Amino acid sequence: MPLTLTLASRNLFHDRLRFTATVIGIVFSIVLVMVQLGLYLGFGRMVTTMIDHANADLWVVSHGAKSFEDLSLIDLDIRRKVLAVNGVAKATPVIIGFSDWHMPGGGLTPVFVVGADSAGGLQPWNVVEGSVQALSAPDAVAVDRSYLERLGISGLGATAEIHGHKVRVAALTQGIRSFTTTPYVFAEIDRARSYLGLPPNKANNLLIRLAPRKDPELVSREIEAKVPGVDVLTSEEFRSRSRSFWLFGTGAGAALFAGALLGVIVGTVIVAQTLYSSTVDHLTEFATLRAVGCSNRYIFRVIRYQAVISAIIGFSLASLIGAAVVRMTAKSALPIVITPELVLGLFFLTVLMCIASAVVAIIRVIHIDPVMVLTR
Amino acid sequence: MTTPIVEANEVVKTFGHGRVKVRALKSVSLALEPGRLTLLMGPSGSGKTTLLSILGCMLRPDSGSVRICGAATEKAGPEQLAEIRRKHIGFVFQLFHLFSTLTAAENVQLALDVRGERGRKARARSRDMLAQVGLANRANAFPRELSGGEQQRVAIARAVVANPDVILADEPTAALDGDNGRAIMNILARIAGEQGSAVLVVTHDSRIIQFADRIIHIEDGILREQETPEGSVYPLRIRSFRAP
Repeated sequence: MPLTLTLASRNLFHDRLRFTATVIGIVFSIVLVMVQLGLYLGFGRMVTTMIDHANADLWVVSHGAKSFEDLSLIDLDIRRKVLAVNGVAKATPVIIGFSDWHMPGGGLTPVFVVGADSAGGLQPWNVVEGSVQALSAPDAVAVDRSYLERLGISGLGATAEIHGHKVRVAALTQGIRSFTTTPYVFAEIDRARSYLGLPPNKANNLLIRLAPRKDPELVSREIEAKVPGVDVLTSEEFRSRSRSFWLFGTGAGAALFAGALLGVIVGTVIVAQTLYSSTVDHLTEFATLRAVGCSNRYIFRVIRYQAVISAIIGFSLASLIGAAVVRMTAKSALPIVITPELVLGLFFLTVLMCIASAVVAIIRVIHIDPVMVLTR
Repeated sequence: MTTPIVEANEVVKTFGHGRVKVRALKSVSLALEPGRLTLLMGPSGSGKTTLLSILGCMLRPDSGSVRICGAATEKAGPEQLAEIRRKHIGFVFQLFHLFSTLTAAENVQLALDVRGERGRKARARSRDMLAQVGLANRANAFPRELSGGEQQRVAIARAVVANPDVILADEPTAALDGDNGRAIMNILARIAGEQGSAVLVVTHDSRIIQFADRIIHIEDGILREQETPEGSVYPLRIRSFRAP
């Protein structure tokens, strides 16, 4: 082990109280950043969950539609024109909207109805009881298991009413949760129309499947040329638009980023303060190093090692807490998502934050006068 | 005549301004030759530490020149002065200034580390140096576990391990009792003889005069007197280096 590393680590661990304060500062900061960015990722995933699970190469949406939840309607007469475009194999309408769920025991709660052709397009996934095929039966709907209590029902086979129409739970899913906290209800498209009071010639989106080896970009441009008043988006474009709207259009993302930034600032200040006070405590030693002819670079290396050691230990503890938080929120309405890329990014952020914090200490050492070792 | 390792010519140093202006050194000239132990003696405030700081390239004179092993220091920047110290000078401080979190061996090794000498060889050399100052069995002890005399021996080992051309010692016996003080001076005198380093010891301690090849007195910033003691214990060129 290099002697500079030995010196750095011993100086750091020598004052355990201060080192503990440093580590707590880093842990607090990184956990805060981790949670904020984890919420951002979790929120980002939730707002695109329907797009992620739809069987579509392209989406035809009303012009300017901001997200999947945008209730703007398109005229289904365009479907013929879309199907006539070279490369379009299938165009499946999807309807969405809010309605009222009348609980069997009395009372009502809002639900978000998703209606699609039972032949494909946008079907419920993660079905744990019943089946997707069962949705073709009269009155059949699918709901998520986590909302049973909210919907006032006990499980598969339970009945209720939506918009005056009797419904029966024919499939139960797991993990299809809405970031709006309003339960999703999947139904066959024609019945969904009656739940939402929509006319038969209207839909919210058209899900396009392309013929094999067709370029989505080319087909998209051709549809837009032939069908005015709509936007044709690839799934990635629609995801990006939805995320952009929910995360930044509403300010939710900005708030999360602001929280993360606050974490970085707090962490930097705490680490800078403790590194600086540690450097001041060891000023005579640094002056001795300077007196014996040590270059500034050598001293900086000692301080940098202190910063990196603090970063590694602080980050390791923060990661353990982060993992616990992820586990605790996994089944919540808004799970915190931590990806390997986020972990890697946070590690580099921690190291960067700690090294930036060392700058104040380094500036103090630059001005050190080696003569002080002769006068004290 | 031997070429001096350290040459100071008409060095002037003033501190403060106006009424509080103090001329610490008034045109001081001095040469330190290899293999000789020189004592720089004088009362408090006479300019000893200022002269030591200037000879050690830690403080710049207002005028005059200092050359270390032929290298001029007047126009050198802080990093170049640090390089001169690193290459040519070993320091022994009154309060030892050992690194409290490093062992005795690591403290000595540090002097090699800053010179880019690392690894097993550097470790072996450090332990060998500790053995030469009689601390072979204390290599793994931390400074707090060592007596004052032992700490000063570690500091000397650190100062000499890289074979510097000049060793500057600031009151090395001031914090020690008589026996330890003599042991320290014994080591410094032997180093001068064995390594051929020029050794300058700043001191108040008249008990150590017997170890000097040469004594310089300084008063009010002026070198008053120079003499060679008659009773020097280790006359030049017949000393051998051995553990105390």
